[in-house]
Amino acid sequence: MGSACKVHGWVERMRVDLVIIGGGPAGLAAAIAAREAGIENLVILERDARLGGILNQCIHNGFGLHTFKEELTGPEYAGRYIEKVREMKIPYRLDTIVIDLGETQEDCADHGEEAGRVNGESGGRRSAAEGVREQSRGGRARKLVTAMSRKDGLYTIEAEAVILAMGCRERPRGALNIPGYRPAGIYSAGTAQRYVNMEGRMPGREVVILGSGDIGLIMARRMTLEGAKVKLVAELMPYSGGLKRNIVQCLDDYGIPLRLRTTVVNIKGKERVEAVVVAKVDENSRPIPGTEEEIPCDTLLLSCGLIPENELSGKLGLAMNPATNGPLVNESLETGVPGVFACGNVLHVHDLVDYVSEEAAQAGRKAASYLQGNLPKPQEEIPVRVGKGVRYTVPGAVDVRRMGETQLIRFRVDNVYRDKNLEVCLNGKPVSSRRKRMLAPGEMEQVVLRKADLEGVLDLREISLQIVD
Amino acid sequence: MTDIIVIGGGVTGCAIARELSRRDWKVTVLERASDVCEGTSKANSGIVHGGFDAAPGSRKAALNVEGSRMMEALSRELDFPYKRNGSLVLSFDEKDRPLLQRLYDQGQQNGVEGLEILEAEQVRRLEPEVSENVVAALHAPSGGIVCPFGLTIALAENAAVNGVEFRLNTEVERIEKLEEGYRLITNRGIFRSAVVVNAAGVYADRFHNMVSAEKIRIIPRKGEYCLMDKKVGDYVSHTLFQLPTKFGKGVLVTPTVHGNLLAGPTAVDVGDPESVDTTPQGLEEVLKRAGLSVRALPARQIITSFAGLRAHEEQGDFVLGQPDDAPGFFDAAGIESPGLTCAPAIGRYIAQEVAGYLPAAEKKDFIAVRKGIPNMETAGPEERKRLIEENPAYAKVICRCELVTEGEILDAIHRPLGATTLDGIKRRTRAGMGRCQAGFCAPGTVEILARELGKDMGEICKNEPGSRFLTGYDKDGVTAAEKTNGQCM
Repeated sequence: MGSACKVHGWVERMRVDLVIIGGGPAGLAAAIAAREAGIENLVILERDARLGGILNQCIHNGFGLHTFKEELTGPEYAGRYIEKVREMKIPYRLDTIVIDLGETQEDCADHGEEAGRVNGESGGRRSAAEGVREQSRGGRARKLVTAMSRKDGLYTIEAEAVILAMGCRERPRGALNIPGYRPAGIYSAGTAQRYVNMEGRMPGREVVILGSGDIGLIMARRMTLEGAKVKLVAELMPYSGGLKRNIVQCLDDYGIPLRLRTTVVNIKGKERVEAVVVAKVDENSRPIPGTEEEIPCDTLLLSCGLIPENELSGKLGLAMNPATNGPLVNESLETGVPGVFACGNVLHVHDLVDYVSEEAAQAGRKAASYLQGNLPKPQEEIPVRVGKGVRYTVPGAVDVRRMGETQLIRFRVDNVYRDKNLEVCLNGKPVSSRRKRMLAPGEMEQVVLRKADLEGVLDLREISLQIVD
Repeated sequence: MTDIIVIGGGVTGCAIARELSRRDWKVTVLERASDVCEGTSKANSGIVHGGFDAAPGSRKAALNVEGSRMMEALSRELDFPYKRNGSLVLSFDEKDRPLLQRLYDQGQQNGVEGLEILEAEQVRRLEPEVSENVVAALHAPSGGIVCPFGLTIALAENAAVNGVEFRLNTEVERIEKLEEGYRLITNRGIFRSAVVVNAAGVYADRFHNMVSAEKIRIIPRKGEYCLMDKKVGDYVSHTLFQLPTKFGKGVLVTPTVHGNLLAGPTAVDVGDPESVDTTPQGLEEVLKRAGLSVRALPARQIITSFAGLRAHEEQGDFVLGQPDDAPGFFDAAGIESPGLTCAPAIGRYIAQEVAGYLPAAEKKDFIAVRKGIPNMETAGPEERKRLIEENPAYAKVICRCELVTEGEILDAIHRPLGATTLDGIKRRTRAGMGRCQAGFCAPGTVEILARELGKDMGEICKNEPGSRFLTGYDKDGVTAAEKTNGQCM
């Protein structure tokens, strides 16, 4: 793997073409696609002890209906990709955490030396082949990925391109600012899932779940199956944040009540949770006095939203989309820093893993194009704007010359809509309209733009999406 | 029979224990919680006050200035996080200038160094994000921020290394005055000592009143706080206090020594010395009042909120030393703000008083220096490499929000007075204190604790014995009938 120098028995510096940060569904699919597109010298860095990411604890089925036309469990779905990574001999490093992300200075005469200076050590000379390759790319800045692991120590990888695939984390109690005591027994749904599914341990017996995100719904069923009593799922919004099928299969089938416009206003119990107090909320999501109800329980699970984990992206100073908490990307899933791509839940939270894989494969292919000198610098990025009813789109901009014959735009709506039209506008003028029976914030939507349509508009300045009657 | 019993393992008790460990006494600390630093010491502002706030001539004033002066050297000696960031008392109304001046004069009388009154423009140069409404401020460059857990645990560890015995999970129920010394009845047996030091925080009045006819009364005064993400930790660099306004006593906005942003506290007298719950009103008030100090408090970045109880004595000052009718019983009671700042000075004062009552020689082998747990997050590249070479566990990250490694957690468990609970790990290493609030790292930390302590994961607690993290195994609650009915796939 690249050129390397060894100090103290550990490799301290190495070079690769592509580093993929994260070995979950996004990272795996991106790596496979990049290798299929001809990138030999790449590495996946995974912080956990195994590849597969969060899928490893998602032992329920329902994964892969789109990708494999069959219903797989999370580990099975991940397994398909992991097998392929192994078959293709794509290198990966486990138990490896990336602690820093930076860049060398752009357009410098000798990247080797410059890179060395950044970390205060000698970077070694480049091979002739590397030099030629670099010239063909116009001497672009390299990425510096600093990582560490028990096995390999602390080291820096110099890479031509990086794919961010770090996934997301759950919103904790603190971020919700729920008043009350701070006893044991308050878990994010994903933490509980890990205990129940991977350790065979129960985090509680009598459970209230706040938030009806998919993990919360799945955990309502799982906890029930494992012998706990799930007393209530409370949801602040007037609609669930999860998939319809999960409400039916995880709550309705087990007689677990879902109370909309309801939240937790107090947590009781000094050492372990003894009860939570729920209350109805008004249109402004403020608790309505007099509607409080105390529910005895020993556990509160929180499924109140996922936050893309972009602390590393921040180190590169990437421009972010406040609606997704992910980096802003263009049609090639390239961030504001050339050669840095993003995909999966670090970019925006997905509903189905199939879409993560699809998106990540595109990021892998685009990174390959970049490395092969086939992805010109973006020149004219047309913004994709959110119109009425649309919360965000990914990508947020399209360079018509860089796009393929078609371009997929993924988006989410900001409320539940029935029998509405999804309209695509170019320069404010509607060019296509599609009837939608049902649109919900919990489900990701998509629309396809055709290059021919975009090229047909004189002086294209703006693409927008809106929900209309 | 021991020479001295200290009741309470908070910052005051630990500071006293450390000072007592300088002499040839046999000292035992009785702490009812499972760890030191489990009461008021774990939930406060973490401020080293300059000392202009306390009434001249009060014990608070004298000990504040002394404690503030001691803190920097102590932080080097005992290796805990401390930073002199300076503080500003903001005034929002021209009419309040006399109040600001009074604080300044008071500070001068108390001996606070470097005080100056700044005009709005000067304030804004120091703190660009202060509110437009600020008209002037009192600047105290000697003000600082400290890690309250770091300080307390460092004092305790150093006391332990110097021979102080810590009895955790030991709650004093009754104290009896004997002909000579005292008998303490606890949930874990009876202890006898010549001297008792009462550093029991919000419970200090109970113990005092058991031995003295001069009654004192501690009123627990709740303070609620909101803590914000490190992303906005540099929103302000000074500790921003407020002059009292028509909206009431002000709250502060400050960076913490670890780089978060903190707002609070409220001040509400409560009857229950256990009521450390936050309330909707309290949290709302924190945000509303803190919002007066700055342009736009980044409240969306809140990662947790908490409440602490100040041990407010109704006379308003610290109660220190022996009551007339209880020789050998030393109070360190009513230690509310600036108690954290004063702790080292209180420790020194009480130790001197005790030495006057029960003379003892100074130890020749007293170990003054304590080395803290390495911190991978703040370590430079060379230090990181060195630690990893020493022990590869320092490359295994358990808490990714705060970059806490297995190496640090192992150190926290195996050092003197080591951590035995999740919260104990958290306060010693910061694992779980970050933006995901232990969502990711709790399972890893629980596993390491269980392995290192030779326990089952199910026995690991968040803090007290009733706070187990896990309740059993999968399918425990499933009846045999349900299993055979196939309802449990």
